Amino acid sequence: MSNDILVITEHMDGKFSDVSFEMVGKAKELANAWGGQSIAVVVGGGVSSNVFASDSTIHVDDAALSNFNPEAYGKVIEALVKEKSPKVVMFGWTATGMDLAAWLSAKLGVPCAAYVKNIGADMTMSCQAYGGKMSADVSPEGDMAIAACLAGSFPVEAGQGSTAATTMASPVDLGSLKVKFVEAIKPAGGDVDITSQVKLVSIGRGIGGKENVELAEELAGKIGATVSCSRPVVDAGWLPRTRQVGKSGLKVKPKLYLMLGISGAPEHLEGMKSAELIIAVNTDKKAPIFNVAHYGATADLFEVAEAMLELL
Amino acid sequence: MNIVVAIKHIPSIADDLPVSGNTVDFDSVDFVLNEFDEQSIEQAVLVKEAVGGTVTVVGVDMIGELDAVLHLALAKGADKAVKITGDDPAADSHTQAKWLSEAIKGMSADIIFAGVQASNDLDGQIGPMLAAYLDMPYIGGVSSVEVAGDSATVNKEFAGGVGAKYEVSLPMVVGVQASVKPPRYAPVSKVRQVAQTATIEKVAPSGEVSSGLTMKKMAPPVVTGHAEMIEGSSKEVAAKIVELLKSKGLA
Amino acid sequence: MAQKYEKAIAIEKDNIVVDGIDVSGHWNRMFEQRVITEYTPELIEKIADIPNAESFANCYQCAKCVAVCPVDVVGNYGPRKLYRYAQTGMDLTEAPELWLCTTCANCLRVCPKEVNMVKIMPAAREQAILDGKFVPNELQQAFENTAKSGNPLGQPQRKRDAWIQSAGVPVPIIKDLGRKVNVLWYVGSYPSYHPRGIDAAAAAARIFNALGIDFAILGKEEKDDADSQRLAGEKGLFEMMTEQNIETFNKYEWDEMVVTGPHELNAFKNVYPKYGFERPVVHYSTFLARYLDQLKPLLQHSVEKKITYHDPCYLGRHNGEYEAPRKLLEAIPGVELVEMQRNRENGYCCGGGGGGMWMDSFTAKHTTMRLSEKRAMEAASTGANVLAVACPFEVSRFTDAVKSTGNEHVDVLDILELLDKSMRGE
Ligand SMILES: Cc1cc2nc3c(=O)[nH]c(=O)nc-3n(C[C@H](O)[C@H](O)[C@H](O)COP(=O)(O)OP(=O)(O)OC[C@H]3O[C@@H](n4cnc5c(N)ncnc54)[C@H](O)[C@@H]3O)c2cc1C
Ligand SMILES: Cc1cc2nc3c(=O)[nH]c(=O)nc-3n(C[C@H](O)[C@H](O)[C@H](O)COP(=O)(O)OP(=O)(O)OC[C@H]3O[C@@H](n4cnc5c(N)ncnc54)[C@H](O)[C@@H]3O)c2cc1C
Ligand code: SF4
Ligand code: SF4
Repeated sequence: MSNDILVITEHMDGKFSDVSFEMVGKAKELANAWGGQSIAVVVGGGVSSNVFASDSTIHVDDAALSNFNPEAYGKVIEALVKEKSPKVVMFGWTATGMDLAAWLSAKLGVPCAAYVKNIGADMTMSCQAYGGKMSADVSPEGDMAIAACLAGSFPVEAGQGSTAATTMASPVDLGSLKVKFVEAIKPAGGDVDITSQVKLVSIGRGIGGKENVELAEELAGKIGATVSCSRPVVDAGWLPRTRQVGKSGLKVKPKLYLMLGISGAPEHLEGMKSAELIIAVNTDKKAPIFNVAHYGATADLFEVAEAMLELL
Repeated sequence: MNIVVAIKHIPSIADDLPVSGNTVDFDSVDFVLNEFDEQSIEQAVLVKEAVGGTVTVVGVDMIGELDAVLHLALAKGADKAVKITGDDPAADSHTQAKWLSEAIKGMSADIIFAGVQASNDLDGQIGPMLAAYLDMPYIGGVSSVEVAGDSATVNKEFAGGVGAKYEVSLPMVVGVQASVKPPRYAPVSKVRQVAQTATIEKVAPSGEVSSGLTMKKMAPPVVTGHAEMIEGSSKEVAAKIVELLKSKGLA
Repeated sequence: MAQKYEKAIAIEKDNIVVDGIDVSGHWNRMFEQRVITEYTPELIEKIADIPNAESFANCYQCAKCVAVCPVDVVGNYGPRKLYRYAQTGMDLTEAPELWLCTTCANCLRVCPKEVNMVKIMPAAREQAILDGKFVPNELQQAFENTAKSGNPLGQPQRKRDAWIQSAGVPVPIIKDLGRKVNVLWYVGSYPSYHPRGIDAAAAAARIFNALGIDFAILGKEEKDDADSQRLAGEKGLFEMMTEQNIETFNKYEWDEMVVTGPHELNAFKNVYPKYGFERPVVHYSTFLARYLDQLKPLLQHSVEKKITYHDPCYLGRHNGEYEAPRKLLEAIPGVELVEMQRNRENGYCCGGGGGGMWMDSFTAKHTTMRLSEKRAMEAASTGANVLAVACPFEVSRFTDAVKSTGNEHVDVLDILELLDKSMRGE
């Protein structure tokens, strides 16, 4: 048992994601307070790992780790965690971190908190719950805890630095894996690129059905905007995947982001938080989106959209 | 092929979530099927249709209302339904995953589907924990699954259409983000018939774990910023938005 | 009859005794050896065992039905043939034939054994749905649309009363009115959403206004009657919609309900009572015929047309209204009414009933021609230049059909539109 913090960083195409730096910054702050070390862990090659402000950086490289493989990455991280027995293991609550954090928790019998927005010096973890409608403070029992952190929770800069990484081979045998990486999947082109649009009218589940998408399109047409959406709209087949904003969709930064019937789940916010002007229309006055939008209205999106059409 | 779908019944976040003490007041909220489970049921049935086998849906009955959810799954093509009589609306993901893993152990599952996450996964998601308890590989964020022989090819999504294809030797646990096709329509006649005729196997919870988390506080988030609210009727709201857009040269 | 199902076993013997009775051929009865064919009754029983489909087994093969079945005209169909197919190996719950019957009830009219396809078909179809058998895609889409959007067209519920704008007269919504009305007008899905249906709805609104009728509609609260979905096998959906509709209907005070469509009439008048809703419901033709004296002076413009009227199955055969529509047409100055050969009790089905409305492509694959096309040709052969209808399904069906059969010169108009024309001039 130590007072160290292990930060599992993540990278793709030679670049670390922002959340990696965010976590390193936070880990540094906490480790300082606890008299421990902040250790950045880089798994897989093809990236320069001397970019963190951590006290130390471990870079595990192996042919089997060149692409994200939850099984291989899991084994490596499990071995490292066992060896270092840190006080906290930080993952990003991301497409990759989500495959690993809870798995490691169950594997090692160590508590895990998800959607972590903050970690206090007393180890209290503040988490988002219920799609952002609730905030929960939890404290983990025992000597070690896993924190899966929401992107955008801590400043990026605090984690940037130039600590020289120690490169090592995989601490475990990666010979007989059940999971094989086959190939990368690139986005299908063809549709408009919502990331390059100046104005977006973005619809969520509140739009109710495919038949109503037309209304958003009409409104967008009137103001020269493009229609984008939240994930459920895509999953229901109402709009193509190319229109999805958010964590598993695209990150957008338009001048106008007009939101109709989107609740503002953290996964959606990740994709649009930095839009210049966010206006949200939602019937639920407690929708979390109102904590993020610049302007909001508790109103029926259909009534508002139709009234806007008459005025435009 | 023995296909298993592990589902989660969760408090609906469509309405206000009343708090009682340190938790959501479970007595005064509606429980709904986790939205990603709807996708995973569909994906499981698609796999069955492609390669044959049976689909067993299993979930923890949190408040005694899981039957309706199981009936819907059966109407959509699942063959068997099992409920773990947990009757504890506060059972966390660790507990549910443990109970589910014990129930699934006897099913000789070839592939297990779970929703990629649920909005109450405070202590992590069911899928990866099931994988850990059952010692199977896990991949989450999956948006397509094809099974051939004793391996599955799954597409995992990262972001913005970028993803990766994996080949996994079965058995495995899949965390479904979205099924290849949107969830199918269950004829109401079918749902009603199933409700009258289906037998749901009851299993007592077995196995004990703890999330290891102590809840100190549960409350609506403290708001740091808040939107400037536009008041008035829908017409007035529309007028003000249009005015705002025009003043910023956006309309 | 096409020999498509051939599972029968022919037995040829010199002497045959069946159940102790010698049925061997004799020289004075036949010149050749008697051939007895043995069929397995299993597939007939399979259908007759489904509750409500019992009468399928009654058929004694007299073939009266085939002569009047509209589908037989464009294929090989009718209860007798379905029975025969079943005898020779067809499982109706899996065959395309399951989806071709329009529940037009013409066979029931002539059948001496009361083989009732109007009950058999919905029951057998529901069985197919329950057993996860093939269901035409288009039909499933209509089911899903009805469940999700409240109408088979998949149009937004919030736009249900958008058509009002084209009426040009006040169309009060009962909720806004906040008082009792004489007439609750149930507009229906097609008149609310389909462009050609909207024309009829707007015409009705103008007529009701001109007659000074105290009416209101349900507006955004109105949902599909789902009767055709029931006949197409989705009884659960029908019951779900019925529960919602009855609740809405009972929320308001009104004396009588007027419906635009015969299918709604059938649902509310004949089926809803089983679910506890027993209130007066009439089709608009019956209702307006009562006002003929007030209506006639309003019909000021002559409509110089030769009109033939198509009896909707669900207004005529199912509900016995043949005369009111004709009286309305005859009241229009200038109109010459001619009859098609198949009229009234023997009216030829447009193909839209029993879910046929949502299986057009499927039906086309299994028939030589659409029923609506056959009927459009019959209408044209009378020399009429207007085909008048009284069912919202028909306007769009026949408008298509006159075009596809090269009879564009025949206008397809709802009686409401014709009355409105005469009221207002072209
Ligand atoms: C790994 C992962 C990745 C994800 N990636 C993404 C992503 O990239 N993008 C994304 O968006 N989500 C993503 N999600 C899903 C995310 O968790 C939420 O489920 C989703 O964002 C919710 O979308 P929504 O706001 O449209 O729906 P809901 O949360 O259901 O909100 C609908 C809102 O509409 C309002 N509403 C309803 N009717 C009306 C009306 N008539 N007028 C006005 N308002 C109305 C309701 O009040 C409600 O607030 C991801 C989830 C996971 C697990
Ligand atoms: C549901 C059904 C099941 C059947 N099953 C069988 C079966 O299992 N086996 C079988 O063999 N048949 C069967 N038949 C056929 C039926 O039995 C024959 O059609 C019937 O036996 C023929 O006799 P008929 O009296 O009904 O009338 P018709 O067929 O009209 O025959 C009348 C005959 O009587 C003669 N005739 C009429 N008037 C007189 C008169 N005044 N004096 C003398 N002769 C006269 C006529 O010249 C004629 O030959 C079935 C028919 C049906 C509808
Ligand atoms: S009319 Fe009736 S008895 Fe005669 S063949 Fe047709 S269904 Fe059978
Ligand atoms: S109801 Fe009409 S379509 Fe159906 S079999 Fe009878 S006559 Fe033919």
